[in-house]
Amino acid sequence: MRIEIEIERSNPAEGQPARFETFRVEVPRHITVLDTLIKLKNEVDGSITFRRSCRSAICGSCAMRINGRSGLACDTLVEDELHRFGHLRVQPLAHMPVMRDLAVDMQPFWNRVEAVNPWVETAPEREPAWPVERETLMDQAAVDEMDDTSKCIMCMACFSACEVSDVDTRFLGPAALAKAYRVVADPRDERKQERLTALNEVGGYWDCTRCNQCVQACPKDVKPMEAIVHLRREAINAGLTNTAGSRHITEFIKIVRSEGRLNEGRMPLKMVLSDPKKLLSVLPLAVDMLRHGKLPSPIHPPIPRVKEVRRIMDKKAK
Amino acid sequence: MTMISHDVVIVGAGLTGMRAAIEMGPGVDVAVISKVHPVRSHSGAAQGGINAALREEDSWESHAYDTVKGSDYLGDQDAIEIMCREAPSDIRQMEHWGVIFSRADDRRIAQRPFGGAGYPRTCYAADRTGHALLHAMYEQVMKRRVKVYTEWFLTSLIVENGECQGVTVLDMASGELVAVRAKAVVFATGGYGRVYLTSSNGLVNTGDGMAVAYRAGAPLMDMEFVQFHPTTLKSNGVLITEGSRGEGGILINAKGERFMSKYAPNAMELASRDVVSRSEQTEINEGRGVDGCVLLDLRHLGRDKILERLPQIRDLAIKFAGTDPIEVPIPVRPGAHYSMGGIKVDVDGATPMPGLFAGGECACVSVHGANRLGGNSLLETIVFGRRAGTAVNRYITGRAMPIPGDHHLAAQRDRIHTLMSRSGGERGNLLRHELGTVMNTDVGVFRDEKGLMEAVAKAREINDRAQSLWVMDKSRVFNTDLTEALEMQNVAELAQTIAAGALARKECRGAHYRNDHPGRDDANWMKHTLARWTPDGPELSYSAVTVTKYQPQERKY
Ligand SMILES: Cc1cc2nc3c(=O)[nH]c(=O)nc-3n(C[C@H](O)[C@H](O)[C@H](O)COP(=O)(O)OP(=O)(O)OC[C@H]3O[C@@H](n4cnc5c(N)ncnc54)[C@H](O)[C@@H]3O)c2cc1C
Ligand code: SF4
Ligand code: SF4
Ligand code: FES
Repeated sequence: MRIEIEIERSNPAEGQPARFETFRVEVPRHITVLDTLIKLKNEVDGSITFRRSCRSAICGSCAMRINGRSGLACDTLVEDELHRFGHLRVQPLAHMPVMRDLAVDMQPFWNRVEAVNPWVETAPEREPAWPVERETLMDQAAVDEMDDTSKCIMCMACFSACEVSDVDTRFLGPAALAKAYRVVADPRDERKQERLTALNEVGGYWDCTRCNQCVQACPKDVKPMEAIVHLRREAINAGLTNTAGSRHITEFIKIVRSEGRLNEGRMPLKMVLSDPKKLLSVLPLAVDMLRHGKLPSPIHPPIPRVKEVRRIMDKKAK
Repeated sequence: MTMISHDVVIVGAGLTGMRAAIEMGPGVDVAVISKVHPVRSHSGAAQGGINAALREEDSWESHAYDTVKGSDYLGDQDAIEIMCREAPSDIRQMEHWGVIFSRADDRRIAQRPFGGAGYPRTCYAADRTGHALLHAMYEQVMKRRVKVYTEWFLTSLIVENGECQGVTVLDMASGELVAVRAKAVVFATGGYGRVYLTSSNGLVNTGDGMAVAYRAGAPLMDMEFVQFHPTTLKSNGVLITEGSRGEGGILINAKGERFMSKYAPNAMELASRDVVSRSEQTEINEGRGVDGCVLLDLRHLGRDKILERLPQIRDLAIKFAGTDPIEVPIPVRPGAHYSMGGIKVDVDGATPMPGLFAGGECACVSVHGANRLGGNSLLETIVFGRRAGTAVNRYITGRAMPIPGDHHLAAQRDRIHTLMSRSGGERGNLLRHELGTVMNTDVGVFRDEKGLMEAVAKAREINDRAQSLWVMDKSRVFNTDLTEALEMQNVAELAQTIAAGALARKECRGAHYRNDHPGRDDANWMKHTLARWTPDGPELSYSAVTVTKYQPQERKY
């Protein structure tokens, strides 16, 4: 079939700003975006620049934005894209400076991964000397718990898709946090508490808005957002309850328990009352909302069958 | 022109290179150079597993015997013994470093049966063992803060007075040529599957390190032994792991016959890879194939087992072959998969050139001989990566930093300048296609004198043409058109050694099969081929195979 592909091209270091270039090319029906790019590079314009290595969705080299969605070029079929969008447009990943055309500077991504100290840490005295006589014993269930996160190929697609990363450069992003959970969940790791504490700060697991973009972008079904939710749960279980995020969750649960539903008026009060600075900062907003009749009343009775709600919650907690 | 120094330079950041780097003492200033980011290395593509006699019922001797037999008695038995003896410890060390191996009911590392092995001794992490190992190894590299130069492309070796003193590289981001001097250099640059048209290897496996070492005077060993994997996808050569047969998958021909019963009635689909590949090719050649392929049938394993044990395989088959193995058999055929040959090294990774070490798929120890067993090459990377590290530590002790001249870099600058200034000529990829086709047909699963003579001549001619390729891209920044041209020169260099070695070797052994010289000929050919670079093409010589306790027998499965 004859197709049209638009490629965003640039070479900032040599003074060429981004522009789209359109190529028309004859390709077989069952072809990937990567093979199309390779064909163009070979036959039409050798200067089209992109990364590739395995061509089988395992090395993580070839992630780019394809019709606006971040994903692997080697596991995206041209036909599917055309079918869905009617056109084919490729651009470099977001949130990283472009080196050239579709190749970005990966450093911002790797800095985030390194920031979570992503290795299993054993106390030096327990590191076995060579020759190593035995392995650690582990249940397959523990392996399964790490199954999703350990599939990550560090392709950066999720980081490019992440909505918080659009606005906050401090956010560690989905892949780094998924990697953090991979180590936190590892029974061999001896720094769990330390890790959870470190990531309880700005940029850590509370800063995700759960927009689910990372889950959709991920070619390996790592489900970074779910890993982030797991981290939050582990943190609360580990007694890390001093953050707005964890308070939000605990207060949320308390309110639902006592009233059988969320009380939109009480919730914000609970969140700010323990923090005088925060209280002062949101006061003008609250007054403003009250004036416009937008502040819900914090006082209303529990729903009639609140006991049932509590029973369900108790059962779930078990 | 830039010159930097490190005590030790390791080229290649796959399992071997990183393992060697980790072994350097804390006082050693080591740098790893790689043309792709470490986790993009092809080690990550390995699916099936890694061998070690971990269990009490198994023994390293039995692992060694299987390996010697699998090698068709071309493997050096001292090296094989070392590898098999040290394997359990290296695997356990990797486990302690964080590799998430699949587990058996007794909570120990799970092991599955693999081709050519008398005991289920292949450890695995679902069907992504290489990925699990590679990422854990990189975690250790991050932890130890090893210096890594990512996207630096090796262009030559710096040799003075026969001693290796460093490398020259192209920093791809800036387009700058850099000389890196070092007391010792370790090559861990992987295999050369991409010499062939159909290959399970990634696009980066162009044998660069071997070609560079060869040009600089280091001999290559046993290059004619190329393993063809029996189950690669037709469309793009992507591999379907042997684990799928280990789990019970069977091969059938167009008539639905389980044809391996004719060729290897005992081991069936789990016979050694060369045996299975040739059986498939015979079926295809004799008209019992399906569109140039045979069929890998997993259907009887059932949905649950496929989803649990072979999920990645299922994804690959759906994506690249358009078939769901739960419902239909997958069309597969043999594809170039593993390079048994490589830079000649001893059991400590030392090449005959002082200061140059090598390990992993780019080296030839030789533990695989004429045919590698599945699961043994991941093992080789960590065992011999570690051993090379230890040996380098010893080698550099008390050694001064060499002071090589500027002319090495100048020569590379001229070479690249010449390539870049041409404004027309042949494109590397077309030439690559031409070479790959010749290698596939004439130096493939079946070989004979006529084809090989043609291949030798053709490879030589293509190598000449590869010196004047047309690089279209004129930018300095991340010029992959240029690096692909350099890779083309490397595969052309290696193709000559493969074809020449195969033409000379008048017998059948392991992966090397000569229609015109049936049978193994131990009296004349139980020896290693050595190829040295000369201006007129490879010069061949031979060296003895080390035999300890396993006397050659006929290899039957
Ligand atoms: C699809 C597939 C499946 C496999 N499955 C198995 C299996 O199940 N079990 C098993 O035991 N073996 C398996 N193998 C074989 C095994 O994976 C490889 O032999 C092994 O991983 C090679 O590791 P390595 O460290 O030698 O090289 P690689 O991992 O290939 O690394 C090579 C490194 O060298 C660098 N490099 C190369 N050229 C240059 C240059 N010019 N400049 C700078 N750097 C350079 C690369 O960037 C890379 O970092 C499989 C192989 C393939 C292709
Ligand atoms: S769910 Fe969280 S981590 Fe994932 S993309 Fe959205 S904000 Fe980013
Ligand atoms: S989580 Fe998924 S999308 Fe993100 S880097 Fe890993 S594999 Fe890529
Ligand atoms: S090329 Fe490796 S993931 Fe696409």
